[in-house]
Amino acid sequence: MDFTPYLRPAAIGVMIFITFNALIIASAILVLAERKIMGFIQQRYGPYLVGPWGLMQPFADILKLLFKEELRPKGADKWLFTLAPVLAIVTAFVAFATVPFGAQTDLFGLLDEPIKLGISDVNVGVLVVFAVTSMGVYGIVLAGWSSNSKYALFGGLRASAQMISYELAYATSLAAVIMLAGSLSLREVVDRQQGYWDLFGVLPVPKWYVFLQPFGFLIYVIAGVAETNRAPFDFPEAEQELVAGFNTEYSSVRFAMFPQAEYINMVTMSAVATDLFLGGWHGPFLPPEYGWIWFLVKVGLILFAYIWVRWTVPRYRYDQLMTFGWKWLFPAAVLNLIVTAALVLYFNA
Amino acid sequence: MPETFAFYMFAAIAVGASVLVIGQRNPMYSVLLLIASFGALSGLYIQLDAPFVAVAQIIIYAGAIMVLFLFVVMLLNAPREDAAEWDRTHPLRQPGVTRWGTLLAGLLIVQLAMALGKMSELGAPVAGRSDAATTGSVTELGRSLFTRHTFAFEATSILILVAMIGATVLARREDQ
Amino acid sequence: MIPLSYYLILSATLFAIGTAGVFMRRNLITILLSIEIMLNAVNLSFVAFGRAAGDLDGQIITFFVMTVAAAEAAVGLALVIALFRHKESLNPDAFTSLKW
Repeated sequence: MDFTPYLRPAAIGVMIFITFNALIIASAILVLAERKIMGFIQQRYGPYLVGPWGLMQPFADILKLLFKEELRPKGADKWLFTLAPVLAIVTAFVAFATVPFGAQTDLFGLLDEPIKLGISDVNVGVLVVFAVTSMGVYGIVLAGWSSNSKYALFGGLRASAQMISYELAYATSLAAVIMLAGSLSLREVVDRQQGYWDLFGVLPVPKWYVFLQPFGFLIYVIAGVAETNRAPFDFPEAEQELVAGFNTEYSSVRFAMFPQAEYINMVTMSAVATDLFLGGWHGPFLPPEYGWIWFLVKVGLILFAYIWVRWTVPRYRYDQLMTFGWKWLFPAAVLNLIVTAALVLYFNA
Repeated sequence: MPETFAFYMFAAIAVGASVLVIGQRNPMYSVLLLIASFGALSGLYIQLDAPFVAVAQIIIYAGAIMVLFLFVVMLLNAPREDAAEWDRTHPLRQPGVTRWGTLLAGLLIVQLAMALGKMSELGAPVAGRSDAATTGSVTELGRSLFTRHTFAFEATSILILVAMIGATVLARREDQ
Repeated sequence: MIPLSYYLILSATLFAIGTAGVFMRRNLITILLSIEIMLNAVNLSFVAFGRAAGDLDGQIITFFVMTVAAAEAAVGLALVIALFRHKESLNPDAFTSLKW
């Protein structure tokens, strides 16, 4: 039988399967990484009993969560209570669908036409990521509302208000990068960051946008951290203030979806930041087919920074958080956009 | 063939969700069903070679306006409408004018569909032109928006400012 | 290929559903939602006509329609909030103080 016409769709199917599972496994690894790094920052070992260096801890956690009792409060809305975590996790996965994570590969010559590493490549890719992220608000606000409990409602409302406030700074910092790149497709933005500049004729500096837009990178990362309800901006799920915020009434599998969605959102934000600012999969020494290794390294560095910041910096109070988002971050992003536009015009004219 | 299937699927979702929106007693469900309808419309825009409009539909309508509706529904704790009241005031049960008016509205839809389907010059297929101007590339849209339609663009920004001020003033509590 | 008339029929159906919602429903928020359905139907027909005529103006008009819809939804909802505070009811039949 001649299998060659089926090789390409099979390769794409395998790539999608691997990406999907990689995201799930990444969220499990992040659970462990967070607890270990948190431990080391707090000068203690993290989990170390379950498996060597605590490597089996995520499996233990997942097993525990699966065997817990599935509760649903009596006054909770039947459909919405189950829909909310589903929405949260579906939007988290779909947001990663337009993020490319490698150059093309032809599987060592098996395929005559190479496949591009990335689930899909739309010509408005940046906007699709933004659109799906803004749909992620619904998971949280519905979780808060349908739980029929005041802690959950406050947590849900605060979290969603925070997310939509920081979306502005997020989108504006994206717009500045788009101006530099001239295209909305993430793959094209990465492809424009190839190559090196020769600084003083001696030092090769990679042509990443983080060097052209340092301020924009900072704003994007801060807005991304606030979007994923993490680190200093996680007041809505603060344990000390609100019991557990919007997921107070959830247990077992429905509960597990929320932190999993949060970790996958973190991975997506880091991946988009890598693609837009840190040159994606371009890096020295490796042939372009193995660029995804550099991509993983860069995403891992940003995720480490995420976890590092969470356990180092105290939490913002809610009104400080909103003031910061509206009065400082958004004007800074607009200023960044104006200055970038002026410089682009000046250097291109 | 897959195009036709996609069109019918999106159209069915859009119409079905819209009918359910106006038929739900719980306003929270209405808002969520409308989001589903907007998603289906976004798919239709992609079929019409308008990717930017499709994404803008999700960002603006489903991502911002509907969140606003959701917040208001939660703030007002809009109650589920009473079932007995609903049955009593449903237009198809009212004697006389309202019932006939509703039936005539249905007849209007059927007439419009027949009229639109029979116009032969409009039967020309939608796709078939592949100039750069019709692919809806963002560059072309931006260029057109900022050159030919600059006045409308600036006027819209003033409109949004006025709406923001108006909404803030209207929703303020009176005792302040 | 999908003929233009299919899109127009779909747009007309959605518009009619929205109109029916405005007339039939006795809940202010649902009335506003029906108005949004009508605006979306109009957007769809704009984009469809623009595609058939090979002109980008159809898509540009949709931005303005979306912006106007956003502004109108914001002000409309603020009005609903103000009305609800006054009368604790979302039924438009409850606001009869201007009737003679």
